[in-house]
Amino acid sequence: MEKRMVVYSAQQTRELGKRLGELCFENCVITLSGDLGAGKTTLTQGLAQGLGIQGTISSPTFTILKIYQGRLPLYHFDAYRLEGSDEDLGFEEMIDGDGVAVIEWPEFMSREIPEEVLRITMRRVEEDQRELLFTAVGKSYETMLEELK
Amino acid sequence: MKDRIILAIESSCDETACAIVKNGNEILSNVVSSQINIHQKFGGVVPEVASRIHVENISLVIEEAIEKSGIAIETIDAIAVTQGPGLIGSLHVGVMAAKTLAWMLDKPLLPLHHLIGHIYANAFIDRLEFPLLALVVSGGHTELVLMRSEWEFEILGTTQDDAIGEAYDKVARVLGLPYPGGPAIDKLAKEGKPHYKLPVCKTDKPLDFSFSGLKSAVLQLIDREKRASRDLIAADVAYAFQETALNDLVQKTLMAAKQTGIRQLVVAGGVAANSRLRALLSEQIPSLETVRLTLPPLWCCTDNAAMIAAAGCVALDHVAPADLKLAATPSKELSDS
Repeated sequence: MEKRMVVYSAQQTRELGKRLGELCFENCVITLSGDLGAGKTTLTQGLAQGLGIQGTISSPTFTILKIYQGRLPLYHFDAYRLEGSDEDLGFEEMIDGDGVAVIEWPEFMSREIPEEVLRITMRRVEEDQRELLFTAVGKSYETMLEELK
Repeated sequence: MKDRIILAIESSCDETACAIVKNGNEILSNVVSSQINIHQKFGGVVPEVASRIHVENISLVIEEAIEKSGIAIETIDAIAVTQGPGLIGSLHVGVMAAKTLAWMLDKPLLPLHHLIGHIYANAFIDRLEFPLLALVVSGGHTELVLMRSEWEFEILGTTQDDAIGEAYDKVARVLGLPYPGGPAIDKLAKEGKPHYKLPVCKTDKPLDFSFSGLKSAVLQLIDREKRASRDLIAADVAYAFQETALNDLVQKTLMAAKQTGIRQLVVAGGVAANSRLRALLSEQIPSLETVRLTLPPLWCCTDNAAMIAAAGCVALDHVAPADLKLAATPSKELSDS
């Protein structure tokens, strides 16, 4: 199942992320693809708000993973620096765990990503305009996507 | 006074490191895993984030640190370890090793915050005077930390998105420059001229930072030039990016320094090696007559365990030793120190 959405500002990206965060369930895995500057971190900041997480959600690029406590724990991955690595990093227990895993640059840690997943691809159309393509694989993700407005 | 010797372990991110330091500023040994060529089979470019790789390294690194120090291990006074923040699997390895040593040698175990290590790294080259402001700038951090007195930390400002070093790396990537991006942009910017204009980063709180918008502005600039079929002058982009990012950093540092009436400004983290940042600070800090500026050499800016040992020497008077239930804390706050 697929859905396409367009947002016109960083604020709208954040609000969409917040609504998505409100729909997240335990053991939920979301991948975020798109070039630098596509708005992946902004969407995740909104998603964290939707999970009731207080405080700053900064980029996890350097440490690969940052963990936050909200209604559900958020495991925010950024595999950007893992390009070219083919190692078992031991992240399975966080992805197949009690919280929500958001994975930026999923192509660099593809072996950890389960079959059932919500995939989001973000594309910069113009300066502030972004197009988001959502692909839901699995029943619970399809329900989630149906509810996302 | 009796000598105080600290053994420290640091494994918060890419590096597995162990050091032994006397009296807070005399390095007896300082070993970082990258000095041991056991990673050549991986090509040496992949970050050592896998805890398995830290496990492979840690015993060798500790052994080498003890051997190089020339001291008997029983003579150390305490074991300091980076408890966080960092990547959980990597931190675990260091914490487990430190606990094992503390138990085996029956010495106090001091769990420390990674950033405190960066700040106390300056103790190797200069005496620290309080109140002190630390500008910590690296691939993973961008913070202004105020220390009113020894072992008192307050974060005045922090990045709301990307760290400054990360912004450098990402802009370097879109300009086709090599990794790490910091030195590459710093070099290219010297050939650049004022030409392109980039917006100043906005934040809700005046001392916070934001570099994600600046990175996006660079991408938009490149797009715009392409659409207009104009040749992009990479050196001018590097110049515009560097001037915008560093002026923001320096202006906020000056503002914080004026507000707090500090006596010393120290810079820490890998970006402290940036020649333009050093020049800007050297030009502008002297306008604050009472503030002494400390610009550390690069060897004490990047991640290492000596800085954790330097902090550990002070921590012995301020931090309650942990018991063996100590766990790694990937999102450790400075206020927990």
